[in-house]
Amino acid sequence: MAEHTLHADRAEGLDGFVKDWSSDQRAFKRVSWGKAMMWIFLLSDTFVFSIFLLGYMSARMSTQSEWPNTSEVFALHVGGVELPLLLIAIMTFVLISSSGTMAMAVRCGYARARKATAGLMYLTAFLGAAFVGMQAFEWTKLIQEGVRPWENPFGAEQFGASFFMITGFHGTHVSFGVLFLIIIATKIWRGSFDRPGRTWLKSGAGDYEAVEIMGLYWHFVDLVWVFIFAFFYLW
Amino acid sequence: MTDIMTGKPTTAHIEGQQHPLKLYFLVWGLLFVLSAFSYMVDYAELQGMLRWSLILIFMVLKAGLIVAVFMHMAWERLALTYAILLPPAAVLAFLAIMTVESDYTFATRAVVFSGP
Repeated sequence: MAEHTLHADRAEGLDGFVKDWSSDQRAFKRVSWGKAMMWIFLLSDTFVFSIFLLGYMSARMSTQSEWPNTSEVFALHVGGVELPLLLIAIMTFVLISSSGTMAMAVRCGYARARKATAGLMYLTAFLGAAFVGMQAFEWTKLIQEGVRPWENPFGAEQFGASFFMITGFHGTHVSFGVLFLIIIATKIWRGSFDRPGRTWLKSGAGDYEAVEIMGLYWHFVDLVWVFIFAFFYLW
Repeated sequence: MTDIMTGKPTTAHIEGQQHPLKLYFLVWGLLFVLSAFSYMVDYAELQGMLRWSLILIFMVLKAGLIVAVFMHMAWERLALTYAILLPPAAVLAFLAIMTVESDYTFATRAVVFSGP
């Protein structure tokens, strides 16, 4: 019966939207509570990152000193040539690749391909860990060059505070994502998603929706990086 | 699962989000290309309005592709889509407020820091 309420034919478009929102008990039809809650969490996280980026914007717009040239600050010397933003570009590509493997994992999950799903999630976790590793390298490099939250040798003092807070918060998100990817992938690999019975991650045998919910979080981390890349590194 | 009216098994059993593999690879490729483009904006040292508009266009396109296809928002019901995608519009209002405020702070500092 509950299944039926969830999947019954419903009005589409704007009409469906009004009917869903004014209906009894649940506004989000055909969406499990787990997925709806992940979306609502991501919405709140969107505000957190938005406010960080707005704080950075305000600091940068109101300072009298010159903002450091990110193209030079984040440049890398490779074979005697200075390549602007090279590490950041590699990090971007690594994170996008991980989003791709995650999307594949979600697809394999709904196809009940146990080993492929777990394998792709491990690959995603590996790419995420590689991203955090490169970020740690970048932080080390900048700290050695004398960048602090209160001062830096390149320009406006607010640069350090903005940089460490925004990339640090994003890196924390990636790290927790890696942790949860490994947990869920290991459970799938061991076959616990194919056994009957309810756990905190599934409602019964073959319920792979947790992979999609995990995917939502992971794609969101990639999404945030798109904005950080544009506003902090390229602007 | 059976239909409550007829008692017959229903044919349309919705099984999560299943979409063609080709679409995922297309989006994946596009994200790579768009990232390369935005990196090229910096590499080519474009400046001024051209730089900002290109950065913003590539950013919005990438964000849109991730949310619509990878996060399956394109296939969700409008009730969820609106609930999630409309509230962030409030950020734009905050953006406008902080732009004005920052300009004011900048002007005040220019006056005070220049000394008597």
